[in-house]
Amino acid sequence: MKIVVCVKHVPDAQGDRRFTDDHTVDREGVDGLLSELDEYAVEEALTIAEARSASGEDSTVTVLCMGPEGATDAVRKALQMGADAGVHVCDDALAGSDALATSKVLAAALRTLEFDLVLTGMASTDGLMSVVPAMLAQRLGLPQVTLAGKVELDGTTVRIERDGDSATEVIEAPLPALVSVTDQINDPRYPSFKGIMAAKKKPVNTLSLADLGLSPDDVGLSAAWSVVEAVAARPPRQAGQRITDEGDGGTRLVEFLAGAKIV
Amino acid sequence: MSVQRELPTDEARDLIALTREVADAELAPRVNADERAERFPREVFSLLGGLGLLGLPFAEDVGGGGQPAAVYLQVVEELAMRWASVALGVSVHTLSATAIDRFGTGDQRARLLPAMVGGQLLGAYCLSEAHAGSDPSALIARAEARPGSGWVADGSKAWVTHGGLADYYTMFLRTSDDARRGISCFHVPADTPGLLAGAPEDKMGMNASHTATMTLDGARLGADALVGEVGQGLPIALAALDSGRLGVSAVAVGLAQSALDHAVAYARERHSFGKPIIEHQGLAFLLADMAAAVESARATYLHAARLSDAGRPYSRQASVAKLLATDAAMRVTTDAVQVFGGAGYTRDFPVERLMREAKVMQIFEGSNQIQRLVIARHLARG
Repeated sequence: MKIVVCVKHVPDAQGDRRFTDDHTVDREGVDGLLSELDEYAVEEALTIAEARSASGEDSTVTVLCMGPEGATDAVRKALQMGADAGVHVCDDALAGSDALATSKVLAAALRTLEFDLVLTGMASTDGLMSVVPAMLAQRLGLPQVTLAGKVELDGTTVRIERDGDSATEVIEAPLPALVSVTDQINDPRYPSFKGIMAAKKKPVNTLSLADLGLSPDDVGLSAAWSVVEAVAARPPRQAGQRITDEGDGGTRLVEFLAGAKIV
Repeated sequence: MSVQRELPTDEARDLIALTREVADAELAPRVNADERAERFPREVFSLLGGLGLLGLPFAEDVGGGGQPAAVYLQVVEELAMRWASVALGVSVHTLSATAIDRFGTGDQRARLLPAMVGGQLLGAYCLSEAHAGSDPSALIARAEARPGSGWVADGSKAWVTHGGLADYYTMFLRTSDDARRGISCFHVPADTPGLLAGAPEDKMGMNASHTATMTLDGARLGADALVGEVGQGLPIALAALDSGRLGVSAVAVGLAQSALDHAVAYARERHSFGKPIIEHQGLAFLLADMAAAVESARATYLHAARLSDAGRPYSRQASVAKLLATDAAMRVTTDAVQVFGGAGYTRDFPVERLMREAKVMQIFEGSNQIQRLVIARHLARG
């Protein structure tokens, strides 16, 4: 079983996140890390590969990442968790790429790799658009099996469970397929010190746009189908409403909660 | 606030990142509740062992990380920033395993170290006795050789970190009345018949870390319990002392850093006279002195650690680090309570706990009066 996991390097949500003059995310000013939602995809890939390797089937996990030079940190973290190899698509022309361009580049990179299963997170923790998995499946002509809370495989099919508010859908697709997983699916492992040492010896293949046969005109900010016109910080939260209890405090509290449709 | 660290390798940088991630997710959320409930987090040690964080200074052939002291100690400091009891436990556990690592036979190393390093076996270190804390040569708990059948041990060891919780005890016992070669080192498994744990001490702080007296009542130790040679105990204990002092220094610096971080965050948020209190110079200078104390203490223990890594003598520098770092922790945590004002004196905020935790660090692992004695003796010798 050959599994490819698509991962993204994102600004640390704990840090002070900013935008540059062209309204793209400032990736210089804040520490980056492997998107937390992608850790679930990496964990699921490792769990599947370990189980299949244990039953005698040669299995590998490759992580694929598009991003600037610093994005190798995300690849390395996945390798430290236990993935076997990394592919990093890195090119100055990629700066400002939208979801369409990102899916085009990732699809081109996936075409250079062998796989039975492509795993992704449910969204990135910075962009949060959740559309790249669907776009990727469309571009590659793969079954699109998204938002899995549970993944089961036999040799030729993948079956997932997708939990909704009132029902759980069970979806089955033939392999190869693309599956995105939610943050409910597993408990991602920490890398171990052994994993940190082992990752140093694992191969990471860096590819440029030219390596993938893509033109700089297809990607980047200038090729984006949507443009961010302005960015504004969320206004600070307004002071709350103060109720002085004049014997009717309880009633007024309930009125407030009812007004907010909480009770 | 993340501490800026100068680290020798990429793997050390990733190791610190891993420690921060694990400590934020697994230690920080439960430290307040566990300290208050006096609950020892045994499973945290299993987790740290599984990740390879309990064996950093040991060689790779026994499952260790082969890391220099300067890296290992900064990992301890990062743990202490979230939970001093856990960081102290790591330092004590490391100390207990060091005796086996450096003085054990090939068989003892192969049989015991992988489980110690992996966190399956939790260690304790028993040197002090009720009447012999600062003067280990005065200890009286004894082990008598029984020809062909090992040893029989009697007596009590005091102030044992992990007492009653550990899986094994690295113990120093008198084997003869010889002044220089009268003490030997033993590996004593917790299930040894005749080994009894007293009730945990009712302490001022570090309550998640249990401290107890361990009593030997005709305890039967196997012939393979001896670590090193008969009579080699004091040199073994003294060799560990310096690295133990650096471990405590790192714990104290982590604790002080945590108090500083809490105080700065509070002083930026809390307003008085129309501005954040950090903009009042009287308080700002207090915070500046706290920062200076934390950073100079860190530099001091790292200097001693780097001497140790270079194979140079560092006994005096270890004592300087222990003295400076623990006194700094006491002062910084006390001042952190001052920054919080009345709120700092309540248990709604963590700084009063940090202040209580700091006090013992001036006392254990050689009181700070003993550290001054060590430093002065080095000066006198020239």
